[in-house]
Amino acid sequence: MAAPTQIPAEKFAGGRIDVTHQGEVDRIRRQRRRRAIGGRTVLYTIAIVAALYAAGPFIWSAITSFKVDPDLYTKANNPFIYNLPPTLEHWRFLLFDTQFLTFAWNTLWVGFLVVSITLFVGLPAAYALARLEMKWSGPLGIAIFFVYLIPPTLLFIPMTRVVGNFELLNNTWSLVLIYPTITIPVSIWLLTGFLKGIPKDIEEQALVDGYSRLNAFVRVVIPLAFPGIVAVIVFAFTLTAHEFIYALAFLSSTPAKTISIGVPTELIRGDVFFWQSLQAAVVFVALPIALVFNLLLGRFISGFTMGAVKG
Amino acid sequence: MAHVVEVRGLKKHFEKGDVRAVDGVDIATREGEYLVLLGPSGCGKTTLLRMIAGLEEPTEGEILIGGNVVNGLPPRARGIAMVFQSYALYPHKTVLDNITFPLKATMTDRDARREKASWAADLLGIGEFLDRKPRHLSGGERQRVALARALVRDPSVFLLDEPLSNLDAKLRTSARDELKQFQERLGTTTIYVTHDQVEAMGLGDRIVVILNGKVRQIGAPQEVYSHPADTFVATFIGSPPMNLIDRGDHLLGFRPENCLPIEAMGSNGDNLLEVDVQIHRIEYLSGDRHVYATTSGLGSDDAHLIARIPATVNAAVDEDRAQRFAVHEKDLRFFDGDTGVRTESRPVRS
Amino acid sequence: MTPAHRADEVGTVAPDTVTRVPEPTPRPQLARRRLADREGFLAKLFLLPTVAYIIGLVAFPFVLAIVFSFSDVTTGNPSLDFVGLRQWRTILGSRVFWTAFRNTITFTVISMALIVLIAHVLATVLVKDFKGKWLVRFCVLLPWTTPVALAAVSWLWLLNSIFSPIDWVLRWFGLIEANMYYLGRPVLAMGSVIAVHVWRIVPVATVIIMAGHMAIPGEINDAAEIDGAGFWRKLREITIPLTLPISAVAVLFGAILTFADMTVVFILTRGGPTQATQVLSSWAFFKGIEGGDLAQGAAVALFLFPLLLAAAIAILRAVRRTEVM
Repeated sequence: MAAPTQIPAEKFAGGRIDVTHQGEVDRIRRQRRRRAIGGRTVLYTIAIVAALYAAGPFIWSAITSFKVDPDLYTKANNPFIYNLPPTLEHWRFLLFDTQFLTFAWNTLWVGFLVVSITLFVGLPAAYALARLEMKWSGPLGIAIFFVYLIPPTLLFIPMTRVVGNFELLNNTWSLVLIYPTITIPVSIWLLTGFLKGIPKDIEEQALVDGYSRLNAFVRVVIPLAFPGIVAVIVFAFTLTAHEFIYALAFLSSTPAKTISIGVPTELIRGDVFFWQSLQAAVVFVALPIALVFNLLLGRFISGFTMGAVKG
Repeated sequence: MAHVVEVRGLKKHFEKGDVRAVDGVDIATREGEYLVLLGPSGCGKTTLLRMIAGLEEPTEGEILIGGNVVNGLPPRARGIAMVFQSYALYPHKTVLDNITFPLKATMTDRDARREKASWAADLLGIGEFLDRKPRHLSGGERQRVALARALVRDPSVFLLDEPLSNLDAKLRTSARDELKQFQERLGTTTIYVTHDQVEAMGLGDRIVVILNGKVRQIGAPQEVYSHPADTFVATFIGSPPMNLIDRGDHLLGFRPENCLPIEAMGSNGDNLLEVDVQIHRIEYLSGDRHVYATTSGLGSDDAHLIARIPATVNAAVDEDRAQRFAVHEKDLRFFDGDTGVRTESRPVRS
Repeated sequence: MTPAHRADEVGTVAPDTVTRVPEPTPRPQLARRRLADREGFLAKLFLLPTVAYIIGLVAFPFVLAIVFSFSDVTTGNPSLDFVGLRQWRTILGSRVFWTAFRNTITFTVISMALIVLIAHVLATVLVKDFKGKWLVRFCVLLPWTTPVALAAVSWLWLLNSIFSPIDWVLRWFGLIEANMYYLGRPVLAMGSVIAVHVWRIVPVATVIIMAGHMAIPGEINDAAEIDGAGFWRKLREITIPLTLPISAVAVLFGAILTFADMTVVFILTRGGPTQATQVLSSWAFFKGIEGGDLAQGAAVALFLFPLLLAAAIAILRAVRRTEVM
């Protein structure tokens, strides 16, 4: 800085300040404190607005799910409060008078099987890509990544034919067969990241300690990758629970449906909307998944960066 | 049990980056020997060790352990044990499980495994930590666990990859001493990789100096130190390194501790090479004085040299002064000006 | 074959130097490499199921989609008869196709612009420490973790033509007289679909960008602070350049999610009013599954492919750049 006197010091909060001048130091300090408070205010405002925008629809769903019909269907009523006493009737209806629990069971069962297949197929593949020496591991990894980018939207029509040929239409097994095409690529991508994060030394130590590659993988690598594997389990399960298009294309009989299609197709009958039960279903499904996801968020982030950065 | 390890014409060529990490190495250990592979980082010493362990396959050449060619054998069949730089303790297993892990591969009897593990643990003084996880151990303790785990395999060869570099400086000295005693007691052939010449000098029965995948010199520590095969070895070993003075077609070398003020050299003046130096700076390091100076009489003008005056020598030296130093002719070494290889003596006085 | 025995043959070590101490630790001395040791073999074995799955259930259906698009296959008449380019001509000649095409692009571009902006702001906030961060993070992630179909159901009710609470608030403030009919008017319906897409993809983008923020070494920020850089200069000269590649990844991921999605449109508007929110993927569904015209449905869906491919290549480039960092 050639001429410090010509530039007002406050424009240079971290610039050259005459620290020997007590008055100036105090002024800068006060100014920094003001800025810190201002920054805090902006931060909290953004955080609160974001939280409300994101959670707003769910709050609205939650309020709705306990409302009695006359309260809900009166246009003048304040929609955010209970003008009439709340009720559990619509939750009871959802859980016991609809096939919702069947849908939930189908979702869990399909999810369990799909996640199992995904790990069984994806974990060795991720290990091969992360660790084993191969000429074409690079291109293959990229190819698998590309598969992740081919959405169900592109394939659901021929897929319906494939599933039909296996005689699996209207059968949850169709989803068990097809969903791994979505979950395997993304799981491999995440797992490759996690596996690369395990120090190579430890694996080689197992080789030196008397184990074969395969044994080292099973006895050392898998236990060490366990946190990552848990994250992938949750991620893959969420993907299957989210999936809509294949389920919509393959399944039309009520007992075979998953939550994802069962709720919008069975609780909306033509023009009749079971609004409160619909919203109850939304809340019922959204909260637990979000809770588990939040617990594992750090792992997803690290898996993502490792997969991306070290890919 | 001690076996001899031998490598013949060993080469390792990495496609990636077209690197010849190991470029034609021939070494044979002696039975029960402590052989140190010494070189700067990236010189190929670790690759060499990994090939002996079976973690890398050589591009060319043979590896023999106990007289058998082991090329193509997996690490587990080579009768070796290895300690990694990071110790590579299994973080999810307790110390006991870490130590018994190698035994589980072959030994089915649980009690026998435990017995063996506690024998190794007692030998290394880590008996009290058996139930802890590695993350609760100090660096020195981790190293002992790694050693215990290597020990229970009853290896015929120990391979150690810079096992001391993760310890802090103070611990390193005592750990070095322990390692040496430990090996002497077991008498197992040991190959030790390091980039630290002090470690190499202190531990090795013989030192193999490696640069760019090639062996530059093999010899006992004192031999490598006082008769370096070339200028690389001369400067890599010893701190401060050997002084090298360019004399046109060859280089003149002498160790800093052999270059002293002339009055400290004793009487036999005939065999002395006198050096007139201009002193620039003096460092006091644990009693020794390191004198940074230049000289013009020996070869190129203003050649830099360092003299190390031991604490026992009282001769006065001062900064910014011209003074006469001397080197015994027997302490002079000569190196070829082009190749850097040591040559026979040449006349030094004009 | 014992070591001593081999030593004789090789002749490098005198046999008597090999002392035969009984070994307490048994070891498969000189066991040949088993299959489980061979990296190349293991790698192939490990990748085989994945490759089989992808070829059987992704590549094959993909080829089938192409075959379908050149045939006259319908749900009623499942036999494949080759009809050349007829289906493609029909589609390209249809007005709905071009509307859907335009809508797809519009939705994607506008959503992406909003998503990047919001995600960046949110990521900057969420990497900071503040009270109640856990709750904010939980709320922000909700839209992502909820199945799309259910989230859309929630929005369907939020945007209800009569009982929308948004309308109620606007009425209460006296801003409007009559309800807005969010899903009933073309422009508002498009706006609604975009709002839902943004709402649902911002969390993913935020998480990805947060990962980018966290990957910046703390020392760089510290150094900038010591050099006297304030918030804005740090943002402009450090955060944005260093998170640019990973932001690109976030954008393109989000783009693919928006682009290929039909759930939001399917549940909120079913493409209406008057095709105003119809996108390629929803139209493919209505034609192919609901209308039973598999050939035309497949052809419409295939239009997504070149666009997706371009996006995928762009992602890959961005990832490569991240590696360089």
